[in-house]
Amino acid sequence: MTPFTALLRKDLTVELRTFRSLPAMALFAVTAFVIFRFGLDRTSLNGELAAGVLVPTLLFAALLAINRLFVAEREEGGFDLVRLAPVDRTVLFAAKASALVIYLVALELVAVPIFALFFLDSASGLLPFALILLLADIGLAATGTLISTIATMSSARDLLAPLILLPLLVPLVIAAAGAGEHLLAAGGPDYGRFGTWLGLLGLYDLIFLLVGYATFDFLLDD
Amino acid sequence: MERTVVEPTREANRALKPAIELAGLRRDFGDRTALDGIDLRVDPGGSVAVLGPNGSGKSTLLRILAGLLRPTSGQVSVLGCSLPKETHLLRGRIGYLGHEPILYRDLTPRENLELAAALHGLESEAISPRIAALFDAVGMSPRADDRVAELSAGMKQRIDICRAVLHEPELLLLDEPDAHLDPEARRRIAPLIAAENGRTRVAVSHDRGPATEEADFVLELG
Repeated sequence: MTPFTALLRKDLTVELRTFRSLPAMALFAVTAFVIFRFGLDRTSLNGELAAGVLVPTLLFAALLAINRLFVAEREEGGFDLVRLAPVDRTVLFAAKASALVIYLVALELVAVPIFALFFLDSASGLLPFALILLLADIGLAATGTLISTIATMSSARDLLAPLILLPLLVPLVIAAAGAGEHLLAAGGPDYGRFGTWLGLLGLYDLIFLLVGYATFDFLLDD
Repeated sequence: MERTVVEPTREANRALKPAIELAGLRRDFGDRTALDGIDLRVDPGGSVAVLGPNGSGKSTLLRILAGLLRPTSGQVSVLGCSLPKETHLLRGRIGYLGHEPILYRDLTPRENLELAAALHGLESEAISPRIAALFDAVGMSPRADDRVAELSAGMKQRIDICRAVLHEPELLLLDEPDAHLDPEARRRIAPLIAAENGRTRVAVSHDRGPATEEADFVLELG
């Protein structure tokens, strides 16, 4: 087993054994949809409003997992375990970001159908929107893992993660919500600027994966 | 901070390149000085007992030797690697037993050791027999598949010692290896953490006892 596989398997095993993150994320998303349904007093959403409800809800649900991402490493010596081993320490970044992508996809498999049930007249735009969400998940995981590492080293970790992370996620939210506005439009999906949003999300992912790769080793240092 | 007292209790072979060499080691935490003016030379295969009261810097010294903490000033050479510059060359050559166990609470002892083995690049076919042999040696085979969270402090200590020696390190850094252990468990772990076959050992303890009896040198801090 490679170090990456071993670390990823550890995270997934612990989550499946304890269910500390996924149920909380799903419950948060569903509760938010219920609040939006009654708050907006609408049974049907489309276009920018649909994207404006779905994308931020998924983003805030993701914060629950990001806040918990390195709790075991901090409290149970996981950082030392990696720092003492003859491995490239960015393997921990890769494993954590991959675990977060898996959590987000699992969340979306539950939350997006419920959102469609609550608000959408037609689900025809959801399949292309899934590609947008997958690219957004990768960017969110890369940025979230990076910021969670920084926050973990600080005494104000619970505040720091959302305060630093949310501004960095603005371009990602703009791209995902922009794509959603067209894909979840009332008359069916409009692919006019689909490529632009995909390109923007791809670029965002690339930048933050590279930043994470370049800085993670330094962040783990004393 | 008092200066270090080093008591030679066995004739050391000065011709060998030292396993550990410290000159004027100092470590500060903000305004507080944890270590100051530490000089030490340990030859390969040697055993050192580090004694001192709470807060005298014993654990800090071990973390510096393990490459987990940077010295504020002074020269540190461990297994021929100059720290902190060559910390990366030291990884995988040290068995470190910290003050707190480096074990994931929601994994079993076997899963914890499999993770450590993967990070240290042990051959996959050698991992299971090696882990089974270590668990037999410390009397933990019957509890190998229980969650670490369900184990007593003494059992966790035994598992953590197995983790520290799993990859057959050249240097053992042990922070109170006898902590939480009953006499039978101490007898069982003694051969695993002995300084033998060229393996060097540094063990931290609060007071004179078995650790000092087995040591070539006693380093008193505080």
